[in-house]
Amino acid sequence: MPKDNATGEFRLIGTRPNRPDGLDKVTGRARYGADIVAPNMLHAAVVRSPHAHARIKKIDATKALALEGVKAVVTRADLPKGLTGEDLNLQENTLAGDVALYDGHAVAAVAASSALLAQDAARLIEVEYEVLPHVIDVDAAMAKGAPVIREGAADYSVPEGMHPNVVRHMEFGHGDLEAGFAAADLVREQSYKTEATHQGYIEPHACLGQLGEDGRGEMWVCTQGHWYIRRMSAAVLGIEAANLRVTPSEIGGGFGGKTTIFMEPLALALSRKAGGRPVKLVMSRAEVLRATGPTASASMDVKIGMTKDGKITAASVNFRMQGGAFVGMSPIGEALPCAFACYDLPAVHHVGYEVLANRPKAAAYRAPGSPMAAFAVESLVDEMCRELKLDPIDVRLKNGAKEGTKSSYGPVYNRIGLVETLEAAKAHPNYAIKLGPNQGRGVASGFWFNHGGETSVSLAIGEDGTVQVSIGTPDIGGSRASIGLMAAEKLGIAYEDVRVNVVETGALGVNEPTHGSRATFASGKAAVEAAEQAIREMCRRAAKEWDIPEEAVEWKDGAAMPAGPNAGKFPPMSIAEIASKMGSTGGPISGHHEVTAEGVGASFGTHVVDVEVDPETGRTTVLRYLVVQDAGRAIHPAYVEGQYQGGAAQGIGWALNEEYVYGEDGRLQNPMFLDYRIPVASDLPMIDTVIIEVPNPGHPYGVRGVGETGISPPLPALAAAVAEAAGVRLRSLPMTPAKVLAAMRARKG
Amino acid sequence: MARVHLWSSLRRLAGGAEVVEVEAATVGQMLDALVKAHPGLAPAIEAGVSVAVDDEIIANARHSPIHPESEIYLLQRLKGG
Repeated sequence: MPKDNATGEFRLIGTRPNRPDGLDKVTGRARYGADIVAPNMLHAAVVRSPHAHARIKKIDATKALALEGVKAVVTRADLPKGLTGEDLNLQENTLAGDVALYDGHAVAAVAASSALLAQDAARLIEVEYEVLPHVIDVDAAMAKGAPVIREGAADYSVPEGMHPNVVRHMEFGHGDLEAGFAAADLVREQSYKTEATHQGYIEPHACLGQLGEDGRGEMWVCTQGHWYIRRMSAAVLGIEAANLRVTPSEIGGGFGGKTTIFMEPLALALSRKAGGRPVKLVMSRAEVLRATGPTASASMDVKIGMTKDGKITAASVNFRMQGGAFVGMSPIGEALPCAFACYDLPAVHHVGYEVLANRPKAAAYRAPGSPMAAFAVESLVDEMCRELKLDPIDVRLKNGAKEGTKSSYGPVYNRIGLVETLEAAKAHPNYAIKLGPNQGRGVASGFWFNHGGETSVSLAIGEDGTVQVSIGTPDIGGSRASIGLMAAEKLGIAYEDVRVNVVETGALGVNEPTHGSRATFASGKAAVEAAEQAIREMCRRAAKEWDIPEEAVEWKDGAAMPAGPNAGKFPPMSIAEIASKMGSTGGPISGHHEVTAEGVGASFGTHVVDVEVDPETGRTTVLRYLVVQDAGRAIHPAYVEGQYQGGAAQGIGWALNEEYVYGEDGRLQNPMFLDYRIPVASDLPMIDTVIIEVPNPGHPYGVRGVGETGISPPLPALAAAVAEAAGVRLRSLPMTPAKVLAAMRARKG
Repeated sequence: MARVHLWSSLRRLAGGAEVVEVEAATVGQMLDALVKAHPGLAPAIEAGVSVAVDDEIIANARHSPIHPESEIYLLQRLKGG
């Protein structure tokens, strides 16, 4: 159901109150990672490898340590040995051991009395390297003769005979592929490539760490998940997690890239070595781009069989993805099940390989793996629609997954909203606008699983009847407002009477990060449970006051009241009245809920984009853009629309401009926003949104996550629109003006 | 008996079977039963898997119930942004 037709079922849910962080952010009062200061604080700088692959023969910090004001230097020798698995990966990425694995890999760090002095000292740390052969491209890294990055890193799944850089393999599917292709009128097979892109959050990584020789410490950090920061930093440093208290700052974007550690243990290690003085570490933009997780680059083959009326009879993919020089970092495990998730297919097969390359350790990026998969699959679907002269939305409706469909990755879908997004896109006025010369239209759909995860929430009634909700999921997209709305709805009080705080690791049980589009779903669900617990206690207190049974009291409109005429005649006892007496009626009133949240509802979206391509320059202008996505229930529609628009903006950047450019020497050539071109407001039209609401039965208010799906359709939708506008199909991203122009000229001969 | 579908790379660790039937009332019991019946699966399961029980993906909940007629799919451990 489109949001404009909401039934008024709720008092607050679906309204658009002012955002709680708005005033602080627009007045500069919000405290981000780099704003945190402490008395006696030192500043840190990091020495990074200038080589893509090099053996570290010697590190000499003598000259740096001789500078007045330099207090500590750490190298890998200062970190504990014996770690295994992902803990070893984290430590290896925090500081290189024997070998620097990518351009920008941290080699040493220094703390000094000022930031400038720390940078000077870093330049005085002498590192002797033996440069090793490197490999950057995913296909090249798998090829015979490619330099081996980590011998013996492959897991059980890799077939014999593959290059040692291939570290993971997976394969799954269902149905008779051969029979499916035989039944098709048209079978097409194409290859597609995407470059690595960065999450591009505006706030660089920043932290302030303090660690004493007794192993007890604190950290203030910009992160999507402070329990992850605690666990990972403790593992890397060999300290106990409970001795590290981590407080998250306000966050200037994360998009998955702030769900892990990159340099946080360095601040703690330097602090410990500098006698426990706090150490502040703030990355530059170049450090962010060189040494924090971009997403993977991908090389993908797709094959699809289709009847002449648009029924897909069989489909298969073979994907290769590199996630840097560390095992387990590519999103191949997510990309494959996303590839055909939008389709109801009788036969489908997936093959995937994870490959090591001399690039930074990849991190999650908004629906990890799904945008690349969508680019490959949706592009080929579009190519076949054009060849068969079929409407791309009709073909998707004909093949679209719905409730009861066996998904391409196995399980059967419960209630999902893909078809509703397709129908709304087709009915939208944008789809009927007549296009002019050099203009084209593209359509694509996308999918993300969404996630529940470990969640702990507390809710406390204040003395005046207002309410504080403590959550452990940093707010990167409006979750505080949404959780406040849900708690207020349940309690029957005003939204303004609820304050939601993101609290530190000492205040709640373990919370997973804000990732997987889970915060509003999982913390919101837990907050509703916590509110119900508090309501039960308030009803109990009222029952005691009235001397009637607890079950004879109900909660309505923010007050306890007799549940019927037989319960007695008592005026409603408001939350404020109950709260004012709570000290003398049994003590503080609170609710608490912790759970590994289940009941996740999958998310689908459909995008329509119109572009114009300048035939003289190859530049693509986005004329109009439409996002239609199923939110389950839009708790705060303005934030939902913001998520849709943000996902589309990032996808447009990925499609048209963003890429990691490496030189022959394996060094990143564009480590700044001047050359790594993310879209700015003037590059984009107003992005139109339509919120579809197919409530998720697994959430008390029907919430599905909305944060991630929106980044997937833009890549293939833009490719389809450019193909129509320019008359050439680009099968590798980004579609820069130079690449589009070259393709147009090649077509003309 | 619940039916557990294995992705291809796991099948050779389970004697080539695409579907393994196990007696289990929870996700945890199911994973334990799989490892007991096919010890070769232990490294893959210890590395982390997501489990789809009928129409729901369960990333990490050993006590989630499963029913005798449940269709279960093991999936790669899913990460989100």
